[in-house]
Amino acid sequence: MTITSAIAPLELNNPLALETLLNTMYQAIKTKVAHFKKDDVIMIGIHTGGFWIAEKLYEKLDITAPLGSLNISFYRDDFTKIGLHPEVKPSQLPRGLDDKHIILVDDVLFTGRTVRAALNEIFDYGRPASVTLAVLLDRGGRELPIYAEIIGQKVTLEPGWQIKLCGPEPLKLVQNKC
Amino acid sequence: MISKNIQLDEQGRLKHFLSIEGFKRQHLVSILDAAEPFANVHEQAVKKVPLLRGKTIVNLFFEGSTRTLTTFELAAKRLSADVLNININTSATSKGESLLDMLHNLEAMHCDMFIVRHSQSGAAHLIAQHVSPHISVINAGDGCHSHPSQAMLDMFTIRRHKKEFSDLTVVIVGDILHSRVARSQIHALNTLGVTEVRVVAPKTLIPTKIETLGVHVYHDMQTALVGADVIIMLRLQKERMQGALLPSENEYYHQYGLSEKKLRYAKLDAIVMHPGPINRGVEIASSIADGPQSVILEQVTNGIAIRMAVMSQTLGRSSGGNV
Repeated sequence: MTITSAIAPLELNNPLALETLLNTMYQAIKTKVAHFKKDDVIMIGIHTGGFWIAEKLYEKLDITAPLGSLNISFYRDDFTKIGLHPEVKPSQLPRGLDDKHIILVDDVLFTGRTVRAALNEIFDYGRPASVTLAVLLDRGGRELPIYAEIIGQKVTLEPGWQIKLCGPEPLKLVQNKC
Repeated sequence: MISKNIQLDEQGRLKHFLSIEGFKRQHLVSILDAAEPFANVHEQAVKKVPLLRGKTIVNLFFEGSTRTLTTFELAAKRLSADVLNININTSATSKGESLLDMLHNLEAMHCDMFIVRHSQSGAAHLIAQHVSPHISVINAGDGCHSHPSQAMLDMFTIRRHKKEFSDLTVVIVGDILHSRVARSQIHALNTLGVTEVRVVAPKTLIPTKIETLGVHVYHDMQTALVGADVIIMLRLQKERMQGALLPSENEYYHQYGLSEKKLRYAKLDAIVMHPGPINRGVEIASSIADGPQSVILEQVTNGIAIRMAVMSQTLGRSSGGNV
């Protein structure tokens, strides 16, 4: 079942709106991980926005493994088009992903290409038992068969607009024209 | 001097990597920064990333090498590129085919990058001038001129231990005359803004007018080592020596070999480096090469990350990858 927040439309300038979305995610993740052994859960945030969200959620959740940070720059499918980002930070994943249940966190889910790259990278570190995708916003527009089980909120954007998370302190959602 | 233009494309992105000369500080820092995440790739269960999948990289080593060839090959493989190692001794150049004809043949096989080592200074530069526009050339050492990827892996190693270049006194000891490594190191250290670069060697192993590169020349090792943060020992390059440049290896070790006693003149936390291969008991005591201040094996490991960074930046420049 896809878990989504009831609030709509998204109030970008209201800091409480972001709190509400995070709380929706928190509740859903808490319910999800209750089925797993505590030591088998690993949370990984996708650099940078996904990691900021993951930090907030990780603070409240009772997860023993350290929070992982995933930088998918080396796994992007558009490297030959856009080149290497000059400031790539290394991925920091907890050791031993084999047979673990991974909660993969990102800020905005759009085409699904970032998640495709993230999955490829995760599987180069090990073979997890499961991967659950949790995102703050799902803006539709998928180009790959990828879906998020946990969603803060679904949003619809006008063509040519994008939404991104700025941070880390304070976290703020910003909408602008591409 | 190699002009800046040939190493950078019209948009100022890294195209070839032939020499440290022609690069500004931000270019070198960008390569060092790019290498940082590559240093972690070996921690993955699958020790490679798919960045250069589908690219073909050719190692053209006209001169013997173990470390450099192996680390270039490993770097390419960890980026998922396909690697060809051309054995020059059994290649058609030994049947009289010209170098440029051989290159054009390799181009016809749709290769993307040539890594070139040659005993003639300027060889990689010459090749870079004659290859098709989509091909990148990396200099893996040319004669006594330049070995830029070695210098960059040394800078990477120094930065990992010492953080700020601006506070450092670096001493380079030994056969400066024949050392392409020393030349590239001097350019890199000065471009990155170290406090002082000292070179120390017998007069016969110091090139004339080396001061114009921005170094202080010493002939007494103990004086040179006072206050050193980084000591770089060079190999005595017997294969390049013609004539009587040295009295004997024993005498050389006595004067310029790094012994425990001489090391005490440097700062307590000084690191000891060597590009390899080391001649134990000729330029460095075994106890130091294997001791706590030695970072010689780290240099080898860091060589893979630096070479991955340079390959990614040169081959990832279609519309981004600014240096």
